[in-house]
Amino acid sequence: MAAETKLPYEEDYVKAFSAKHNEPEWMSKFRQQALEVADTLEMPTPDKTNISKWNFSTFKHDAEGESISSLKELPNDIQVFVDVEKDNNIVLLRNQTTAYKNLSKELADKGVIFTDMFTALENYPELVQRYYMKDAVSFDEHRLTALHAALMNGGVFVYVPKNVVVEQPLQAIFWQEDVSLGLFNHVIVVAEENSSLTYVENYISHNKEEETVANVVTEVIAHDNASISFGSVDNFAHGTTVYMNRRGVVYRDAKIEWALGQMNEGNTVSDNTTHLIGDNSYSYAKTVSVGRGDQIQNFTAKIVNYGKQSEGLILQHGVMKDHASSIFNGIGKIEHGGTKANAEQESRVLMLSKHARGDANPILLIDEDDVTAGHAASVGRVDPVQLYYLMSRGISKQEAERLVIHGFLAPVVNEIPIQAVREQLTEVIERKVY
Amino acid sequence: MAVSTLEIKDLHVEIEGQEILKGVNLTIKGGEFHAVMGPNGTGKSTLASAIMGHPKYEVTSGSILLDGEDVLEMEVDERAKAGLFLAMQYPSEISGVTTSDFLRSSINARREEGDEIPLMKFIKEMDAAMDYLEIDKNMAQRYLNEGFSGGEKKRNEILQLMLLKPAIGILDEIDSGLDIDALKIVSKGINKLRNETFGCLIITHYQRLLDYITPDYVHIMMQGRVVKSGGPELAERLEAEGYDWIKKELGIEEETVGHNA
Ligand SMILES: Nc1ncnc2c1ncn2[C@@H]1O[C@H](COP(=O)(O)OP(=O)(O)O)[C@@H](O)[C@H]1O
Ligand SMILES: [Mg+2]
Repeated sequence: MAAETKLPYEEDYVKAFSAKHNEPEWMSKFRQQALEVADTLEMPTPDKTNISKWNFSTFKHDAEGESISSLKELPNDIQVFVDVEKDNNIVLLRNQTTAYKNLSKELADKGVIFTDMFTALENYPELVQRYYMKDAVSFDEHRLTALHAALMNGGVFVYVPKNVVVEQPLQAIFWQEDVSLGLFNHVIVVAEENSSLTYVENYISHNKEEETVANVVTEVIAHDNASISFGSVDNFAHGTTVYMNRRGVVYRDAKIEWALGQMNEGNTVSDNTTHLIGDNSYSYAKTVSVGRGDQIQNFTAKIVNYGKQSEGLILQHGVMKDHASSIFNGIGKIEHGGTKANAEQESRVLMLSKHARGDANPILLIDEDDVTAGHAASVGRVDPVQLYYLMSRGISKQEAERLVIHGFLAPVVNEIPIQAVREQLTEVIERKVY
Repeated sequence: MAVSTLEIKDLHVEIEGQEILKGVNLTIKGGEFHAVMGPNGTGKSTLASAIMGHPKYEVTSGSILLDGEDVLEMEVDERAKAGLFLAMQYPSEISGVTTSDFLRSSINARREEGDEIPLMKFIKEMDAAMDYLEIDKNMAQRYLNEGFSGGEKKRNEILQLMLLKPAIGILDEIDSGLDIDALKIVSKGINKLRNETFGCLIITHYQRLLDYITPDYVHIMMQGRVVKSGGPELAERLEAEGYDWIKKELGIEEETVGHNA
């Protein structure tokens, strides 16, 4: 089925938008190319979730965001995500406009790039072109990736040169202050050979009723022997329909560790796929999510092993309440040639309401003999015997449930590398669960 | 401090429709140490679980009173706050919750909001009790009972007992799976609590724990009832002669629940 709906934005608009941002020629052409095919491509078809009626077309594409001169000027509910007292390495986009950014001189001197996407396109056009929808995500995978490529309206670019070790976490905050602005956000994280970094991002919006869209593509590339720790807290409000595509590519002896707190309030498709290309490459994808209200979510955590002795581990924990419904796809795939590869996954869903729905779909696809693989999946309620044990020490039932739920989500919460963000994730969980 | 009294009267308990306890009578006063002994499968854990309010155990008749208050009307947490504590035979594992967070929540549950135990005071108390029980300090940061050895779980139960200082402690097979050194340490912890107000019900099917903790009273359970009570000499006789003489004396062929038809 070719989509009948007309594209939300036309060629002239996209050209003008690109020109306004002084984009390099290749980017402007790339947008046009994507826009041309968007029409002809199908929507993605996440397993067991029908998204055909979801809003992917009503949104505003462009808005201004006021810049700030200090993080202390941020309203409280945004400020809580940063350690304001520290000298942060941070990029803050407000309505997709750079409101604040800071990178330590030391890192800048070492050649580290951490800036918003438009600045990166202007200052490092070739470097961005080398990675932009090349090795990880293709623009023509489906209609949403094409629309993303055509309409990208912000993002960040992270580049760590060879042999550089970045100790301090790099933090990006994507704050959708305008209730109807769509986020076509693009994130690229590149770690060159023998480098390492930690990156943490937050998505924040407040549009409870106003409908809009987030169509996000994130490409994370770990070159030989590089190490990337990637943390996130997604917290789009109820009105935002989210398509979140986070993809990793891992070369020889390299690793990517994901810790994703998927706390959106609206309908969400979130796909986190990692390709273990190199021998002895490694990825551990840990995700937690809470579904509440009437939201429908589809989560995929997928790791594909190509390299010999590559190791892919997946852990998904989800809590479901009210009438929320979620599908958790865990996919471990070992390609032919990936000898001695290992693919393990664990999906657990905790149901807090009998009206909620949570399905864990563990899938192992193995095209090689000499490998190890395993999966564990469960959907269940809070164990009454655990509650009994906690309550037998005087802890109230509500507090006991709280402890069990936080404990259930702890494997990811504890991995979030910035304390302020970790605390916020805990708070978001608190808010969503009670 | 007033002395508490736990009174169990004609208690009948079912699990999944099967009657396990068939009329248990027992009174424990503060300051007294009672041992409940009996072979496996005679209803000892059922008694402990029914007192604490385990969700699987249904009290069909009889009563449990703590200082005249109806325990059976209380939620599990209310029973704890009223002064009861059960060191469980099989403590639950709670993933993601550290032992230390759990202990602090347990202590704070007994205190008013706004009067939570100061962190430093808590750590000092916890460390002191851990030292006393020769527990490796890293247990505080491990997830509650997760991956604990049998011995670590038992010590953790006694650690909780020492920190929560209940009026009445019920210890279910606190000795099982412990080597002799661990048994001595655990006994030392329990004996430390011994005073004129603390009442204790020690459930065991081995006499050897009672070499270290001398009970004031000994009760024998068979077929879901207390079939014989006496002083510490009863435990000594059991050690020397086993349970057979009691079975003979009472005409019991098979001591477990469900074999008394
Ligand atoms: N969860 C259960 N479901 C069914 N029967 C049980 C359960 N737990 C215990 N029982 C039965 O109840 C009886 C008493 O068990 P228990 O109180 O654990 O004995 P003890 O602690 O003296 O070894 C046993 O016959 C046992 O088989
Ligand atoms: Mg027992």
